[in-house]
Amino acid sequence: MHSDGYRDHPVRSYVLTGGRAHPTRNTLRPETLLRAVDDGRELPGTAGRHERTLLQTCRGTLALAELAAYLHLPVSLVAVIVSDLVDGGYLAVRSTPVHDLPGTDLLGTDLLEEVLDGLRGL
Amino acid sequence: MGSAASETRAAQHLAPTVDRSVKVLVVGAFGVGKTTLIRAVSEIPMLSTEESITTASVGVDPHRGQKATTTVAMDFGRVTVGSATALYLFGTPGQRRFWDLWSGLADGAVGALVMVDTRDLAQSFEVLDQIEEHTRLPITVVVNEFPDSPRHGIEEVRAALDLPDDTPIVAGDVRRRSQAVEALTTLVAHALRRRRGESVAT
Ligand SMILES: Nc1nc2c(ncn2[C@@H]2O[C@H](COP(=O)(O)OP(=O)(O)OP(=O)(O)O)[C@@H](O)[C@H]2O)c(=O)[nH]1
Ligand SMILES: [Mg+2]
Repeated sequence: MHSDGYRDHPVRSYVLTGGRAHPTRNTLRPETLLRAVDDGRELPGTAGRHERTLLQTCRGTLALAELAAYLHLPVSLVAVIVSDLVDGGYLAVRSTPVHDLPGTDLLGTDLLEEVLDGLRGL
Repeated sequence: MGSAASETRAAQHLAPTVDRSVKVLVVGAFGVGKTTLIRAVSEIPMLSTEESITTASVGVDPHRGQKATTTVAMDFGRVTVGSATALYLFGTPGQRRFWDLWSGLADGAVGALVMVDTRDLAQSFEVLDQIEEHTRLPITVVVNEFPDSPRHGIEEVRAALDLPDDTPIVAGDVRRRSQAVEALTTLVAHALRRRRGESVAT
Protein backbone atom coordinates (compact mmCIF):
# COMPACT_ATOMS: atom_id res chain seq x y z
CA MET A 1 0.00 0.00 0.00
CA HIS A 2 2.84 2.37 0.87
CA SER A 3 4.18 2.37 -2.64
CA ASP A 4 6.40 4.96 -4.27
CA GLY A 5 3.89 7.70 -3.72
CA TYR A 6 4.42 7.45 0.00
CA ARG A 7 8.06 8.48 -0.38
CA ASP A 8 7.38 11.44 -2.61
CA HIS A 9 7.49 14.15 0.01
CA PRO A 10 10.24 12.91 2.30
CA VAL A 11 12.61 12.29 -0.59
CA ARG A 12 11.99 15.64 -2.18
CA SER A 13 12.26 17.43 1.15
CA TYR A 14 15.43 15.52 1.98
CA VAL A 15 17.09 16.83 -1.17
CA LEU A 16 15.89 20.37 -0.59
CA THR A 17 17.22 20.41 2.94
CA GLY A 18 20.64 19.09 2.06
CA GLY A 19 20.19 15.46 3.03
CA ARG A 20 20.52 15.65 6.80
CA ALA A 21 18.79 13.51 9.39
CA HIS A 22 15.83 15.04 11.19
CA PRO A 23 15.49 13.97 14.82
CA THR A 24 13.04 16.74 15.79
CA ARG A 25 10.61 15.88 13.09
CA ASN A 26 8.34 13.45 14.90
CA THR A 27 7.34 15.98 17.52
CA LEU A 28 6.14 18.55 15.02
CA ARG A 29 2.51 18.91 14.17
CA PRO A 30 0.65 21.49 12.13
CA GLU A 31 -0.41 23.26 15.35
CA THR A 32 3.01 23.15 17.04
CA LEU A 33 3.99 26.70 18.05
CA LEU A 34 7.38 27.99 17.01
CA ARG A 35 9.42 31.10 17.51
CA ALA A 36 12.80 32.29 16.27
CA VAL A 37 15.55 32.28 18.90
CA ASP A 38 16.50 35.89 19.44
CA ASP A 39 20.18 35.65 20.32
CA GLY A 40 21.64 37.66 17.48
CA ARG A 41 23.20 34.60 15.87
CA GLU A 42 23.14 34.70 12.05
CA LEU A 43 22.32 31.75 9.81
CA PRO A 44 25.40 30.40 8.03
CA GLY A 45 25.98 31.72 4.50
CA THR A 46 25.10 28.30 3.11
CA ALA A 47 21.52 28.48 4.45
CA GLY A 48 18.81 28.53 1.81
CA ARG A 49 16.19 31.10 0.97
CA HIS A 50 13.39 29.17 2.68
CA GLU A 51 15.34 28.99 5.95
CA ARG A 52 15.92 32.75 5.91
CA THR A 53 12.33 33.64 5.08
CA LEU A 54 11.08 31.22 7.69
CA LEU A 55 13.17 32.73 10.49
CA GLN A 56 12.14 36.24 9.49
CA THR A 57 8.48 35.27 9.45
CA CYS A 58 8.77 33.57 12.82
CA ARG A 59 10.07 36.52 14.88
CA GLY A 60 6.88 36.17 16.88
CA THR A 61 5.02 32.95 17.75
CA LEU A 62 3.34 31.06 14.90
CA ALA A 63 2.18 27.50 14.32
CA LEU A 64 3.90 25.28 11.78
CA ALA A 65 0.84 25.39 9.53
CA GLU A 66 0.90 29.20 9.56
CA LEU A 67 4.53 29.20 8.50
CA ALA A 68 3.68 26.83 5.66
CA ALA A 69 0.87 29.14 4.52
CA TYR A 70 3.01 32.29 4.62
CA LEU A 71 5.86 30.54 2.81
CA HIS A 72 3.55 28.94 0.22
CA LEU A 73 5.03 25.51 0.94
CA PRO A 74 3.46 22.21 2.02
CA VAL A 75 3.36 21.57 5.78
CA SER A 76 5.34 18.37 5.28
CA LEU A 77 8.23 20.24 3.70
CA VAL A 78 8.20 23.08 6.22
CA ALA A 79 8.30 20.48 9.01
CA VAL A 80 11.65 19.29 7.67
CA ILE A 81 13.11 22.80 7.41
CA VAL A 82 11.79 23.65 10.88
CA SER A 83 13.32 20.60 12.48
CA ASP A 84 16.70 21.54 11.02
CA LEU A 85 16.41 25.05 12.37
CA VAL A 86 15.33 23.75 15.78
CA ASP A 87 18.24 21.31 15.84
CA GLY A 88 20.59 24.15 14.89
CA GLY A 89 19.26 26.31 17.73
CA TYR A 90 17.82 29.02 15.47
CA LEU A 91 14.19 28.22 16.13
CA ALA A 92 12.49 27.07 19.34
CA VAL A 93 9.38 25.01 19.94
CA ARG A 94 7.20 27.35 22.00
CA SER A 95 4.32 25.03 22.80
CA THR A 96 4.51 22.24 25.31
CA PRO A 97 3.13 19.09 23.69
CA VAL A 98 -0.42 18.60 24.94
CA HIS A 99 -0.97 15.25 23.33
CA ASP A 100 1.65 12.93 24.72
CA LEU A 101 -0.68 10.31 26.13
CA PRO A 102 0.49 7.20 24.31
CA GLY A 103 -2.03 5.38 22.16
CA THR A 104 -4.83 7.86 22.66
CA ASP A 105 -5.89 11.10 21.11
CA LEU A 106 -7.32 12.53 24.28
CA LEU A 107 -6.27 15.74 25.89
CA GLY A 108 -6.01 16.54 29.58
CA THR A 109 -9.12 17.82 31.36
CA ASP A 110 -7.31 20.93 32.66
CA LEU A 111 -6.50 22.06 29.17
CA LEU A 112 -9.99 21.30 27.87
CA GLU A 113 -11.53 23.28 30.76
CA GLU A 114 -9.30 26.20 29.93
CA VAL A 115 -10.25 26.08 26.26
CA LEU A 116 -13.93 25.92 27.20
CA ASP A 117 -13.63 28.93 29.51
CA GLY A 118 -11.75 30.80 26.82
CA LEU A 119 -14.43 30.05 24.22
CA ARG A 120 -17.18 31.18 26.58
CA GLY A 121 -15.28 34.43 27.05
CA LEU A 122 -15.16 35.20 23.32
CA MET B 1 14.93 39.77 -2.12
CA GLY B 2 12.36 42.58 -2.14
CA SER B 3 9.83 40.89 -4.38
CA ALA B 4 9.82 37.56 -2.59
CA ALA B 5 9.42 39.32 0.75
CA SER B 6 6.59 41.55 -0.45
CA GLU B 7 4.64 38.56 -1.78
CA THR B 8 4.61 37.12 1.71
CA ARG B 9 1.64 38.37 3.68
CA ALA B 10 2.64 40.07 6.91
CA ALA B 11 2.52 37.41 9.60
CA GLN B 12 0.09 37.92 12.45
CA HIS B 13 1.95 36.57 15.44
CA LEU B 14 0.37 35.18 18.56
CA ALA B 15 0.60 37.13 21.81
CA PRO B 16 3.84 36.39 23.70
CA THR B 17 1.78 34.83 26.52
CA VAL B 18 0.52 32.03 24.27
CA ASP B 19 2.46 28.84 24.83
CA ARG B 20 -0.04 26.09 24.08
CA SER B 21 -2.04 25.05 21.10
CA VAL B 22 -4.96 22.78 20.42
CA LYS B 23 -6.86 22.02 17.27
CA VAL B 24 -10.27 21.11 16.04
CA LEU B 25 -11.05 19.60 12.66
CA VAL B 26 -13.91 20.96 10.61
CA VAL B 27 -15.01 18.28 8.20
CA GLY B 28 -17.89 17.79 5.83
CA ALA B 29 -18.82 17.37 2.21
CA PHE B 30 -18.06 19.94 -0.49
CA GLY B 31 -19.71 23.31 -0.07
CA VAL B 32 -21.30 22.51 3.28
CA GLY B 33 -19.87 25.62 4.95
CA LYS B 34 -16.53 24.57 6.48
CA THR B 35 -14.63 27.64 5.33
CA THR B 36 -17.50 29.88 6.36
CA LEU B 37 -17.52 28.55 9.91
CA ILE B 38 -13.77 28.88 10.30
CA ARG B 39 -13.76 32.40 8.90
CA ALA B 40 -16.53 33.43 11.31
CA VAL B 41 -14.45 32.37 14.31
CA SER B 42 -10.91 33.15 13.22
CA GLU B 43 -8.97 36.14 14.53
CA ILE B 44 -6.70 36.07 11.47
CA PRO B 45 -7.61 36.09 7.79
CA MET B 46 -8.04 32.52 6.50
CA LEU B 47 -4.81 30.82 5.60
CA SER B 48 -4.37 27.84 3.40
CA THR B 49 -1.73 25.30 2.55
CA GLU B 50 -1.57 22.65 -0.09
CA GLU B 51 -0.47 19.09 0.37
CA SER B 52 0.30 16.61 -2.35
CA ILE B 53 -1.39 13.27 -2.29
CA THR B 54 -0.79 10.53 -4.77
CA THR B 55 -3.40 8.78 -6.81
CA ALA B 56 -2.75 5.75 -4.63
CA SER B 57 -4.60 7.67 -1.94
CA VAL B 58 -7.30 8.98 -4.24
CA GLY B 59 -8.60 5.62 -5.25
CA VAL B 60 -6.57 4.52 -8.25
CA ASP B 61 -5.28 0.97 -8.01
CA PRO B 62 -1.64 1.37 -6.97
CA HIS B 63 -0.67 -1.86 -8.73
CA ARG B 64 -1.65 -0.55 -12.13
CA GLY B 65 1.41 1.66 -12.21
CA GLN B 66 -0.42 4.92 -12.82
CA LYS B 67 0.92 7.33 -10.28
CA ALA B 68 0.37 11.00 -10.30
CA THR B 69 0.18 13.59 -7.60
CA THR B 70 -2.70 15.87 -6.95
CA THR B 71 -2.88 18.71 -4.48
CA VAL B 72 -5.57 19.30 -1.93
CA ALA B 73 -5.96 22.63 -0.21
CA MET B 74 -6.55 22.76 3.49
CA ASP B 75 -7.70 26.04 4.94
CA PHE B 76 -7.47 27.04 8.52
CA GLY B 77 -7.98 29.79 11.03
CA ARG B 78 -6.94 30.56 14.58
CA VAL B 79 -8.48 31.98 17.71
CA THR B 80 -6.73 32.71 21.00
CA VAL B 81 -8.73 31.38 23.93
CA GLY B 82 -7.76 32.75 27.34
CA SER B 83 -4.28 34.21 27.52
CA ALA B 84 -2.17 31.13 26.92
CA THR B 85 -3.87 28.92 24.35
CA ALA B 86 -4.22 29.10 20.59
CA LEU B 87 -7.04 27.10 19.05
CA TYR B 88 -6.57 26.15 15.41
CA LEU B 89 -9.44 25.13 13.17
CA PHE B 90 -8.46 23.00 10.21
CA GLY B 91 -11.00 22.59 7.46
CA THR B 92 -10.76 19.56 5.25
CA PRO B 93 -12.99 17.50 3.04
CA GLY B 94 -13.89 14.33 4.90
CA GLN B 95 -14.42 11.86 2.10
CA ARG B 96 -12.61 8.57 1.99
CA ARG B 97 -10.18 9.54 -0.75
CA PHE B 98 -8.78 12.32 1.41
CA TRP B 99 -8.23 10.17 4.44
CA ASP B 100 -4.44 9.91 4.05
CA LEU B 101 -4.26 13.65 4.08
CA TRP B 102 -6.13 14.29 7.23
CA SER B 103 -5.29 11.22 9.30
CA GLY B 104 -2.16 13.05 10.45
CA LEU B 105 -4.28 16.05 11.29
CA ALA B 106 -6.67 14.08 13.46
CA ASP B 107 -3.82 13.04 15.72
CA GLY B 108 -3.99 15.06 18.92
CA ALA B 109 -7.14 16.96 17.97
CA VAL B 110 -9.73 17.93 20.60
CA GLY B 111 -12.41 16.68 18.25
CA ALA B 112 -14.18 17.31 14.99
CA LEU B 113 -17.07 19.45 13.92
CA VAL B 114 -18.90 17.45 11.30
CA MET B 115 -20.92 19.79 9.12
CA VAL B 116 -24.00 18.47 7.41
CA ASP B 117 -26.41 19.91 4.91
CA THR B 118 -29.98 18.70 5.41
CA ARG B 119 -30.64 19.08 1.69
CA ASP B 120 -28.36 16.09 1.20
CA LEU B 121 -27.87 14.11 4.38
CA ALA B 122 -26.62 11.08 2.48
CA GLN B 123 -23.42 12.83 1.54
CA SER B 124 -22.55 13.04 5.24
CA PHE B 125 -22.60 9.28 5.75
CA GLU B 126 -19.18 8.81 4.24
CA VAL B 127 -17.61 11.54 6.34
CA LEU B 128 -19.08 10.12 9.54
CA ASP B 129 -18.00 6.60 8.58
CA GLN B 130 -14.44 7.77 8.00
CA ILE B 131 -14.22 9.43 11.40
CA GLU B 132 -15.63 6.42 13.21
CA GLU B 133 -13.45 4.01 11.31
CA HIS B 134 -10.17 5.83 11.77
CA THR B 135 -10.32 7.89 14.92
CA ARG B 136 -11.75 8.05 18.40
CA LEU B 137 -12.35 11.76 18.12
CA PRO B 138 -15.32 13.25 19.93
CA ILE B 139 -17.59 14.88 17.39
CA THR B 140 -20.34 17.43 17.26
CA VAL B 141 -22.65 17.53 14.26
CA VAL B 142 -23.32 21.01 12.92
CA VAL B 143 -26.45 21.26 10.80
CA ASN B 144 -25.78 24.22 8.55
CA GLU B 145 -29.08 25.83 7.68
CA PHE B 146 -29.30 27.23 4.18
CA PRO B 147 -32.35 29.29 3.19
CA ASP B 148 -33.84 26.42 1.17
CA SER B 149 -32.97 23.69 3.68
CA PRO B 150 -35.84 21.59 4.90
CA ARG B 151 -36.12 22.15 8.65
CA HIS B 152 -35.68 18.85 10.42
CA GLY B 153 -35.82 18.45 14.14
CA ILE B 154 -32.56 17.55 15.83
CA GLU B 155 -33.84 14.06 16.66
CA GLU B 156 -34.82 13.47 13.04
CA VAL B 157 -31.26 14.30 12.01
CA ARG B 158 -29.94 11.99 14.71
CA ALA B 159 -32.08 9.14 13.45
CA ALA B 160 -31.23 9.79 9.81
CA LEU B 161 -27.51 9.83 10.53
CA ASP B 162 -27.75 7.00 13.06
CA LEU B 163 -25.85 8.99 15.67
CA PRO B 164 -25.40 7.83 19.27
CA ASP B 165 -27.58 9.55 21.88
CA ASP B 166 -24.70 11.44 23.42
CA THR B 167 -23.38 12.98 20.20
CA PRO B 168 -24.30 16.67 20.32
CA ILE B 169 -26.10 18.19 17.34
CA VAL B 170 -26.34 21.93 16.85
CA ALA B 171 -28.11 23.82 14.09
CA GLY B 172 -27.76 27.33 12.81
CA ASP B 173 -26.22 29.81 10.43
CA VAL B 174 -22.46 29.48 10.81
CA ARG B 175 -21.84 32.79 9.07
CA ARG B 176 -22.68 34.27 12.46
CA ARG B 177 -19.77 34.20 14.85
CA SER B 178 -21.89 33.48 17.92
CA GLN B 179 -23.28 30.34 16.28
CA ALA B 180 -19.91 29.16 15.09
CA VAL B 181 -18.49 29.69 18.59
CA GLU B 182 -21.48 27.83 20.03
CA ALA B 183 -20.66 24.82 17.86
CA LEU B 184 -17.08 24.85 19.18
CA THR B 185 -18.17 25.27 22.79
CA THR B 186 -20.52 22.31 22.43
CA LEU B 187 -17.75 20.15 21.00
CA VAL B 188 -15.20 21.01 23.69
CA ALA B 189 -17.78 20.47 26.47
CA HIS B 190 -18.56 17.07 24.93
CA ALA B 191 -14.85 16.19 24.71
CA LEU B 192 -14.44 17.16 28.35
CA ARG B 193 -17.41 15.05 29.47
CA ARG B 194 -16.05 12.10 27.57
CA ARG B 195 -12.57 12.57 28.99
CA ARG B 196 -13.93 12.72 32.54
CA GLY B 197 -16.08 9.67 31.93
CA GLU B 198 -13.08 7.69 30.75
CA SER B 199 -10.88 8.66 33.67
CA VAL B 200 -13.65 7.63 36.09
CA ALA B 201 -14.02 4.31 34.29
CA THR B 202 -10.32 3.40 34.55
N1 LIG C 1 -27.37 30.78 3.89
C1 LIG C 1 -26.25 30.27 4.32
N2 LIG C 1 -25.25 30.13 3.44
C2 LIG C 1 -24.09 29.61 3.86
C3 LIG C 1 -23.92 29.17 5.20
N3 LIG C 1 -22.69 28.65 5.35
C4 LIG C 1 -22.11 28.75 4.14
N4 LIG C 1 -22.93 29.33 3.25
C5 LIG C 1 -22.61 29.56 1.83
O1 LIG C 1 -22.37 28.30 1.21
C6 LIG C 1 -21.31 28.36 0.29
C7 LIG C 1 -20.25 27.31 0.58
O2 LIG C 1 -19.66 27.57 1.85
P1 LIG C 1 -18.12 27.23 2.14
O3 LIG C 1 -17.87 27.72 3.53
O4 LIG C 1 -17.24 27.72 1.07
O5 LIG C 1 -18.16 25.66 2.12
P2 LIG C 1 -16.93 24.64 2.25
O6 LIG C 1 -17.43 23.48 3.03
O7 LIG C 1 -15.73 25.33 2.75
O8 LIG C 1 -16.73 24.23 0.73
P3 LIG C 1 -15.50 23.42 0.09
O9 LIG C 1 -14.26 23.90 0.75
O10 LIG C 1 -15.57 23.79 -1.36
O11 LIG C 1 -15.77 21.96 0.32
C8 LIG C 1 -20.78 29.78 0.37
O12 LIG C 1 -21.31 30.50 -0.70
C9 LIG C 1 -21.31 30.31 1.68
O13 LIG C 1 -21.51 31.71 1.65
C10 LIG C 1 -25.03 29.33 6.11
O14 LIG C 1 -24.98 28.99 7.28
N5 LIG C 1 -26.15 29.88 5.60
MG1 LIG D 1 -13.78 25.43 1.93
